[in-house]
Amino acid sequence: MSHPKTEPAPATGALDLAEEFLDRTTPLTRIRGALHRYPALSPAIVLVLSVIVFGFLNDRFLNPANLSLITQQVAVVGTLAIAQTLIILTAGIDLSIGAVMVLSSMVIAQSTVQAGVPAVIGLLLGLIVGLAAGAFNGWLVTRFKLPPFIVTLGTLNVFVALTLLYSSGATVRGNDMPALLTWTGETFNIGGVNFTVGVVMMLVLYVAISFILSKTAWGRHVYAVGDDKESARLAGIRVNRVLMSVYLAAGAILAVGAWIQIGRTNAASPNAGVDLNLDSITAVVIGGTSLFGGRGTVWGTLLGALIVGVFRNGLSLAGLDVLWQTFAVGVLIIVAVAVDQWIRKVRK
Amino acid sequence: MTIAEDTAAAPTPAETRKPILEAKRLVKTFGRVVGLDGVSLQLYPGEVLAIIGDNGAGKSTLVKCLTGAEIPDEGQLFLDGEPISFKRPQDARAAGIETVYQNLAVSPALDVASNLFLGREVRKKGILGSLFRVVDSKGMRKMARDELTELGISTLQDVTVPVENLSGGQRQAVAVARAAAFGSKVVVLDEPTAALGVRESGQVLQLVKNLRDKGIPVILISHNMPQVFEVADRIHIQRLGKRAATITPQSHSMTDAVAIMTGARTA
Repeated sequence: MSHPKTEPAPATGALDLAEEFLDRTTPLTRIRGALHRYPALSPAIVLVLSVIVFGFLNDRFLNPANLSLITQQVAVVGTLAIAQTLIILTAGIDLSIGAVMVLSSMVIAQSTVQAGVPAVIGLLLGLIVGLAAGAFNGWLVTRFKLPPFIVTLGTLNVFVALTLLYSSGATVRGNDMPALLTWTGETFNIGGVNFTVGVVMMLVLYVAISFILSKTAWGRHVYAVGDDKESARLAGIRVNRVLMSVYLAAGAILAVGAWIQIGRTNAASPNAGVDLNLDSITAVVIGGTSLFGGRGTVWGTLLGALIVGVFRNGLSLAGLDVLWQTFAVGVLIIVAVAVDQWIRKVRK
Repeated sequence: MTIAEDTAAAPTPAETRKPILEAKRLVKTFGRVVGLDGVSLQLYPGEVLAIIGDNGAGKSTLVKCLTGAEIPDEGQLFLDGEPISFKRPQDARAAGIETVYQNLAVSPALDVASNLFLGREVRKKGILGSLFRVVDSKGMRKMARDELTELGISTLQDVTVPVENLSGGQRQAVAVARAAAFGSKVVVLDEPTAALGVRESGQVLQLVKNLRDKGIPVILISHNMPQVFEVADRIHIQRLGKRAATITPQSHSMTDAVAIMTGARTA
């Protein structure tokens, strides 16, 4: 049915559904039902409210240049958070996400600048690194049935060490790179607001992954596996294959994230971005995706990333210490998870 | 041997009917424990065959052998008269034997239609489906509604409701509808009412009857004697790894069935 809120006609004698829905329609449960049904609704409300509040607090906040800055600040973590969403939807978690992105960006930068391969090949090598890292995580998770938290805690350290060994700890400057690598940092103007190519790339990824998750069988299988692995298996879904494909897709997205990072910082640094693993989880959680898997959308994640960006930017415009930004993000996480728990009480 | 004559128990003379699913002298041992000791079973088209028995009588082992979850050591299965063997549950499903497990194989957060088609989604026609692999959500919803209507599950018309919002009986109905869809030949229900209340159990039993009326034979494993006597056409009684008897609700009373089950009498 196209209008999901339709209540089935309470035919006499024909039982449960009608009665059950009629039983509990107090305003509060109705709100909870709506939030439950549309996981992106609560972060959307929070984002709108926070933009309004910060707009009132400081008139520079709604300035096009400032809004442009927020989108640029969100581009990298927003991209990484897509990969994180995919993995969290399968009831996993990826702590190595920032490390993989950094390793990939160093391979892209060093292979082109030091080894002198063409920029396109350098980007391809970065993609291969992302895929290989994803395959390694996925292999450990599916083959050895290890918890993703432990696997990626291990590979986080492995990838960080590999990055430092490979790069000798040295940053590659953007000015030494071919133009294609820093292209993601170039800006263009739409209606007075500057967008970078990286921001557009991130948005394209959101559209693509959202489409795949909601419209393809693979997408449904990702949700089913995260929801209840055993049920999915009994329904004939090849659970390990789905998990592996999710880790591979995440790896590919991280390579794109690496490219965006190079453009955004106009450099490839082995020390910047490893901590984006936690920032990406923050965006996913604030975006209403359940850490228990099977519930959530990438649009929620984009909203989550934007909420964090808006809070950090708005609080700093308000003149607050950067530590209060971190404080605020921490509170946001706890509130988001508390709301998620409350929403999940719809479940019997 | 205490095996009863099936011919006497069948509603119509067995010579005129061929079993759709038949097991001949299945043996399954686990180390020194004999799970099945030469058990035979016939399932005829359009009937509900209940399997009852005490704990350890070999009910589950028998069902597992029928659905590919266990491989019998000896004996032979026949589907539509053809010898057949299963190495894994997927083989049985591919052959048309659908099982609804005790721990329901439904995904709570997905809606009813998505659950019905989980693992065998229908793609859109044309390039959207072939190249972009887009699933035909609208079509699947319509098919899901039709399927539910056909099975007489009138309470589940909104197929966009997430399964977690449904009652236990309705979830069971979704699982059963899943099993009955897609042209399955045999539906096996393992304790389908074990976790349900009285009213919900009634709904599921009605569903079992509807399946039979639709022509799909059902194997029903249950502990609940009144329910078995309400829906079953024939009752296969397991005892100590053997078939103690096959009776009908007309030929025997519940007390008789319990007596046969516990060995107090023979059929």
